[in-house]
Amino acid sequence: MIVVIAEQRHGKLNRATWETIVGAQQLATATSTPIAVLVPGVNTAGVASELAAAQVQEVVTLEHAALEPYTPDGFTAALQEAVTQLQATYVLLPHTYQTRDFAPKLAARMDRALVTDVTGVKSGSGQTAFVRPMFQGKLTADVVPQGPAPHFITFQIGAYRVDQVAKGTAAAGVRALSIDLDASVIREKPEPPFQQAKQAVDLSQAERIVSVGRGIKEQANIAIAQQLADALGAEIAASRPICDAGWLPMERQVGSSGQTVAPKLYLALGISGAIQHLVGMKGSSTVVAINKDADAPIFEIADYGIVGDLFEIVPAIIEAVKA
Amino acid sequence: MKIAVCIKQVPTREWQPRLNDDKTWIREQDASFEMNEPDAYALEEALRLKEKHGGEVIVCSAGPARVAQVIREALARGADRAIQVEDDGLASADAFVTSGALAEAMREDSFDLVLTGLQSDDQGFAQVGVILAERLGYPHATIIMEVQVSPSTLREPQGHPEQGRGTTSSGQVGELRVKRELEGGWFQWVAMPLPAVLTIQSGINQLRYATLKGIMAAKKKEIRKVQPSPATAPKQKIASLYAPEKGKKTQIIGGSPAEAAKELVRRLRDEARVIS
Repeated sequence: MIVVIAEQRHGKLNRATWETIVGAQQLATATSTPIAVLVPGVNTAGVASELAAAQVQEVVTLEHAALEPYTPDGFTAALQEAVTQLQATYVLLPHTYQTRDFAPKLAARMDRALVTDVTGVKSGSGQTAFVRPMFQGKLTADVVPQGPAPHFITFQIGAYRVDQVAKGTAAAGVRALSIDLDASVIREKPEPPFQQAKQAVDLSQAERIVSVGRGIKEQANIAIAQQLADALGAEIAASRPICDAGWLPMERQVGSSGQTVAPKLYLALGISGAIQHLVGMKGSSTVVAINKDADAPIFEIADYGIVGDLFEIVPAIIEAVKA
Repeated sequence: MKIAVCIKQVPTREWQPRLNDDKTWIREQDASFEMNEPDAYALEEALRLKEKHGGEVIVCSAGPARVAQVIREALARGADRAIQVEDDGLASADAFVTSGALAEAMREDSFDLVLTGLQSDDQGFAQVGVILAERLGYPHATIIMEVQVSPSTLREPQGHPEQGRGTTSSGQVGELRVKRELEGGWFQWVAMPLPAVLTIQSGINQLRYATLKGIMAAKKKEIRKVQPSPATAPKQKIASLYAPEKGKKTQIIGGSPAEAAKELVRRLRDEARVIS
């Protein structure tokens, strides 16, 4: 059985789960294995019936009071039992922050392979390999998990498109799995999530974004990017290191830890294109990359690229826009 | 507090990748290396905790002989001593092998707190810290942006001039409260007992640099070398490593800066129609 572990909070499904189901369907075809979607937590009924629309063998709920709020100890104990009961050959998860928090622990406890941040599945010649970025996206690897099943795989956010999911002709069956979970094994005491500051800037609605990365070199140079943004009628944004350094406020950060954007135009200045950044902007319709390094991963997803010194090119663009 | 920091040595950001002959790993002889950036933030956080609460910072690294460079750097920045698990095979090891080697070398020290970066800039598993916690039997939290240790839990340094060096944990149960980063600008505080493992997010603090005094002092600090016992069996194999396939057909615009800029603006207006 291929087991997809859905992510939900308070009855609201994390949409990355659907992407993982697309990956599961691809793997199911390659290995002729049925899919079960496992929904851990409390109040799972709504999410379970939503997921039953997918072309999968079954949806299995895993309800236990000790699974809300999320803790790595609670999830590890519960999922070890569930994955074992379901006789999983593969366990697939979206590569969310929550998955990153418990999946390595679960795989280690079961002493099974875990391949993280996967963007694709390759099958053939008797083995299934999982494609993942390495070296900050400068290289790609085909990785084959070793040792006995189940193998744990996490899929990068955005690796598959939600609209590619195959829907079943009828809703899949939903059943509940019961487990014994001793809540005293849980050592972590989580407090409710909060937002640090009111997000004054909603970059997700921006039509055009000029975004700066390490290539901007120093804080004073942000002004050049701001001038370009003004000329294009764009919002200014940045990759994480720029916000870490305090050169732009955190609320202007694009990427997995910041905002997810999908503007008509995303112009990346001196951004190399680490995965954590790309997941936040790869839904943009037109991507322009300006970078001195012709091999920078940002060029892999750019529609237009200029290789060169941004300090020469940006003033020239401002001039050309105004001309 | 006895704080361990696990650091990794990774290729520099400027490194241009070249592959080995069978295309399963990089050509190491062409690479220059540096401290993995998130691990540098973990080290800084450990040094700040020591400054605040007293104790000792022990830097731990698993890799080939070359990792001595980043160990020296960490000692120069203020770590007190180091544990180096040395084996050539660790250069390309997976997270299970690396965390297994670290856990084995670190266990006898009975650390109160273990910090490491949230992931490495080379293989980028984001697994080692969490697996290490499981191997050591400690609770953990990942992607941490703030660390609070409650004062009642601190081990008294009085009467221990070496501040616990070589001794084992007192077994005192302490508590930790950490701010965990969630996606999309959300955070969450999580409390847990010590000892614990935390994976640290970049940007949690401002990094310090080594002083000349620190560099001189580092030369006298202890580096305990450990040979890993016959390694844990690898849990994954790199079948092939290659340059990324382009998802989109990128149109590279050449010419002088002025020419390229003019052509880009033309295409954004006429072809993509995203600017007016």
